[in-house]
Amino acid sequence: MATTTAPPTVINAKLNGQDIQTKPGTLLINLTKELGIEVPAFCYYEGFTLQAACRMCLVQVNNSPKLLPGCTTMVTEGMVIETESPLVVEARKSMLEFLLVNHPLDCPVCDKGGECELQDMVFKYGAGESRFVDIKHHEPERAFSPVVYYDPARCILCYRCVRVCDEGYGVNALGVINRGVHSEIAPNLGDQLNCDECGACIDICPVGALTSNTYRYKTRPWELKHVGTTCAHCSNGCKTTLGVRNDEIMRANNRDSSGLNEEFLCIKGRFGFDFNHHAERLQSPLMRIDGQLQPVSWSKALSAVAAKFLEVKAAGGKFGVIGSNRTSNEENYYLQKFARHGLGTNNIDHARTGDVVTLVDALSGKQGKLATMADLYQSKAALVIGSDLSQQHPLLAYELRRNWRHHQARIYAMTPGPVREDKYAAMKARVPAGQEIAALEGWRDQLAKEGELLVLFGDSVKGEAVRRLVDFGESLGIPVKYVALVDYANSRGAIDMGLTPELLPGFVPSQKPGLTMPDMLDGADLDVLWIVGANPLERRSLTGKRPFLVVQDLFLTGTASEADVVFPAASAYEKKGTVTNVTGEVQRLSAAVKTMGAKADLEIFGLLGKEMGLDLGIWTADAVFAEIRQNVRAYNVTMPILASGGAAPTTPVNGRVNVEMRPDLIQSAGDTLFTSGSMTKYSQVLNSVPERPGQLYKPV
Amino acid sequence: MFNQPSPHEVKILTRCFGVENSHRIDASLAHQGYDGLKKAIEMGADAVINEVKASALRGRGGAGFPTGLKWSFIPRTSPKPKYIVCNADESEPGTCKDRLLIQNDPHSLIEGIAIAGFTMNSNKGYIYVRGEYRYLIAILETAIAEAYQHNFLGKNIQGTGWDFDLYVHSGAGAYECGEESALLNSLEGKRGTPRLKPPFPATHGLYQSPTLVNNVESFCAVTHIIRDGAAEFAKHGPEKSGGTRLMCISGHVQRPGVYEMPLSTTLPFLMNEVAGGLRPGRTLKAVQPGGSSSPILLPEECNVGLDFDSLAKAGTMAGSGGIVVLDDTADIVSYALRIISFYQHESCGWCIPCREGTTWLKKILERLDRGEGSMKDVDLVGELAKNMFGRTFCALGDAAAWPTGSIVKKFRGEFETKLAAHQAKQVSAELVMIG
Repeated sequence: MATTTAPPTVINAKLNGQDIQTKPGTLLINLTKELGIEVPAFCYYEGFTLQAACRMCLVQVNNSPKLLPGCTTMVTEGMVIETESPLVVEARKSMLEFLLVNHPLDCPVCDKGGECELQDMVFKYGAGESRFVDIKHHEPERAFSPVVYYDPARCILCYRCVRVCDEGYGVNALGVINRGVHSEIAPNLGDQLNCDECGACIDICPVGALTSNTYRYKTRPWELKHVGTTCAHCSNGCKTTLGVRNDEIMRANNRDSSGLNEEFLCIKGRFGFDFNHHAERLQSPLMRIDGQLQPVSWSKALSAVAAKFLEVKAAGGKFGVIGSNRTSNEENYYLQKFARHGLGTNNIDHARTGDVVTLVDALSGKQGKLATMADLYQSKAALVIGSDLSQQHPLLAYELRRNWRHHQARIYAMTPGPVREDKYAAMKARVPAGQEIAALEGWRDQLAKEGELLVLFGDSVKGEAVRRLVDFGESLGIPVKYVALVDYANSRGAIDMGLTPELLPGFVPSQKPGLTMPDMLDGADLDVLWIVGANPLERRSLTGKRPFLVVQDLFLTGTASEADVVFPAASAYEKKGTVTNVTGEVQRLSAAVKTMGAKADLEIFGLLGKEMGLDLGIWTADAVFAEIRQNVRAYNVTMPILASGGAAPTTPVNGRVNVEMRPDLIQSAGDTLFTSGSMTKYSQVLNSVPERPGQLYKPV
Repeated sequence: MFNQPSPHEVKILTRCFGVENSHRIDASLAHQGYDGLKKAIEMGADAVINEVKASALRGRGGAGFPTGLKWSFIPRTSPKPKYIVCNADESEPGTCKDRLLIQNDPHSLIEGIAIAGFTMNSNKGYIYVRGEYRYLIAILETAIAEAYQHNFLGKNIQGTGWDFDLYVHSGAGAYECGEESALLNSLEGKRGTPRLKPPFPATHGLYQSPTLVNNVESFCAVTHIIRDGAAEFAKHGPEKSGGTRLMCISGHVQRPGVYEMPLSTTLPFLMNEVAGGLRPGRTLKAVQPGGSSSPILLPEECNVGLDFDSLAKAGTMAGSGGIVVLDDTADIVSYALRIISFYQHESCGWCIPCREGTTWLKKILERLDRGEGSMKDVDLVGELAKNMFGRTFCALGDAAAWPTGSIVKKFRGEFETKLAAHQAKQVSAELVMIG
């Protein structure tokens, strides 16, 4: 009779003469990495399929003269592994010699020079001199898209770009053409890329074969100062590392895999920083003199606004304040404090993009119901309602896909139109906005069978629908977590910091709610309207009595050009502070560059308060955040996480929120991958790529 | 047919060659066509596999893996579909046997595939035909249509309730697609690059399903093994290399051609008795005994049997059965260049050592063939071949490195002579100019 033996839990092996232990199913290359022993490789890339194409990681196993690739060999019981035997060293050297046969040695001008994996490996493992004396095979470089350039001669064909595009992003825009030494990477649909233009292929390239139009031939990597901060665009809150030279952002990437997005960035995060250096950036305050906006000094503009504010306040006039989805938590907190305590008004609001408040209220009394970014990668199942994630929330889309690839997570997509999740979803349905909750009943049995569920919903689920969604989720009998999707870098922080007439910071109901944003714009007969980092008057004008209009912005937007006074504001890449992403994680902003003449919104508030003689507290980001930690529910986050550039979770669910948020005020801007609200206009990169969102889902 | 048959041949697979309309089913049926399939159905799957094992048939594509053993690896009860794939991507230089089998007796191939299909409980088979073999596709299509008409393919075959469809798929002209996993990729419509192994095609082949991949000649042999019994086939070869094989002998012999010979045949017998020996006055320089991928043999090494094990023992391989004979008029440097040019052209480009190594080797050998370069270059060829060998992703790199390495090792003197002759010519040319 056959006896069943339990599978071993530990594998014993010998590595370079040392006895070691590891888990069954460990790849040899990962074992060496764990032990701090380098086995060089180009094509092996954690998280993507195995290729065994570069043959760099050949190691000697059980003294066999036939070397094995470490990237595809599992460590087995009793294995004797040598990673530095003469045969292995010689094989590595010869592999690099083969690689350099046709590789142009244009390192002095190559973008990658100095941070090139091939350079590093040749330096460490390569031969001192070349035995190749013949003519190299060469192909000219070519533009795949306005963003992506390819130099076939430099390409070592590790297929990382092909995999990150297909497996990682689900775009599958890159492939290989020709064969043998003529093989090269090429767009799968002809000679042009029709893709997300995310540039992941560029960053993952170990050599300088793929380069970006924004960075190529502009600088040397060692001239850059690297500043880790949070992306200024959508609500996903990707960590991005800005490469800065002479007060100019030269590039953005996240090659160190720090932050909740690891290496992920989309076109906005990787290339969309160029708005920062746009020629139309405001560099001086503007005041309306003789009907025209004219540059004036800071002191003149500040004293004019302070005088007007004091005058209106003294006369008991009406103030209105509109805040931003992009300004920092500190700025939002200070602005509402300015409005409520300095100006004595509750007329403060911002453009609301998702119903976080009703969700928090509906979940009151329950713990651990709001998902963090990690849940996107770990949850066994996820339900996406009414949002095209890969357009509006690219990191969430990437994480869900990664979860599906690595953990076989089951994804359910209920959206009005086709979405990228369709391709791998367990179930998909086309449901018009507003009918989702009713349609969900049809999936009840299926969803209840999942071990756990993550629910992400867009702006079509708001007000009562959110409560019904939570009722539905909680009735499934499985652990369910939720994400209310919001639009911009600090949309979540704007709600948490009380940039609403109904709620004070930390979801505390206001005793005397003020005017909402539409009310302020429509015949409210305000005496002063103060708009910070928002552009509500781009496509409409104020009705009723014309107020004294003060605007803080980076550019002379449609709103700013209507103003009486405009203050030039610093961008998110130019100031310190914190922002809160869609999953409620607080992250740090770092000042990477500065624009002459512009000031951070927080500084403008502080200077204005001082000019008015108000006592609103010190206006440094650190001091304001210390106050936020004390006063705002859930923001007492762990400081070392923040200080080290990490994402600190907030957990705002701990009780009822006794207000009814008007659902009609909630409206997502419906941005695509290539738009970013008003900022779209000022990014050359975003304007250079074709705006064809539907194109991205055409089956190849 | 390329040549007149030899009286020394043992005609099993080629027994219908020369019969009028041998490619049509009537001729086939008149010569016991499809009796093997009927017998297989009677025997049952297990017995068929045992019979193939007993025949000591070894894969005729080049690797020489025991066919019966390969058949036993297929998980026949898997809930996934099982596929039978015939590798008709015959591309090894010096090999030209599969085309004759398809041209002259396509029904024995279809029958062999059907036997495999029945045995593996498969419902679908593909014949992957080399891109350059366009003219064979019409022959195969006609034969398949005839087999459908006679219910040897299609639904409820011979009343067994078993269905089997067979399709012909044309390659696009890539040697690499003869490698079974590259073939499967190509069949799926992907780039013809080899796959990572394991998993092997037996369990994760076409569309990640259990797949049996065999060469044309292997399938044809199965037809005869099942019909006439394993012993009848096995007796023609040594213990572990059963039966006959179609040996393709080319180069400097008087009667080059394809001969079906027992695997117990020796190389001198094939060269001298079957293929008519060298032309008068010539002496033997070298033999490549198993296609262009096999290491070259010096005349004194040529007294070997042509079965798989004897050639392996001699440091070379039986490969695909393509035997190239070179006499003293052959320029071995040009020959080495011709071989490496083929592999350089056919390298799929997937892995670095093959892609770059073949290109570099070709460039050096081009120089050496012109008489330029130095003996250091000859050493470099040897070293590069050594650096490639055993380190590439698939066997194509080995196939390029192995013969090249053996040529520079065994014929170093020839390289030296060629370089010296060229240098002498240059010196005398300079003297003429000075004079």
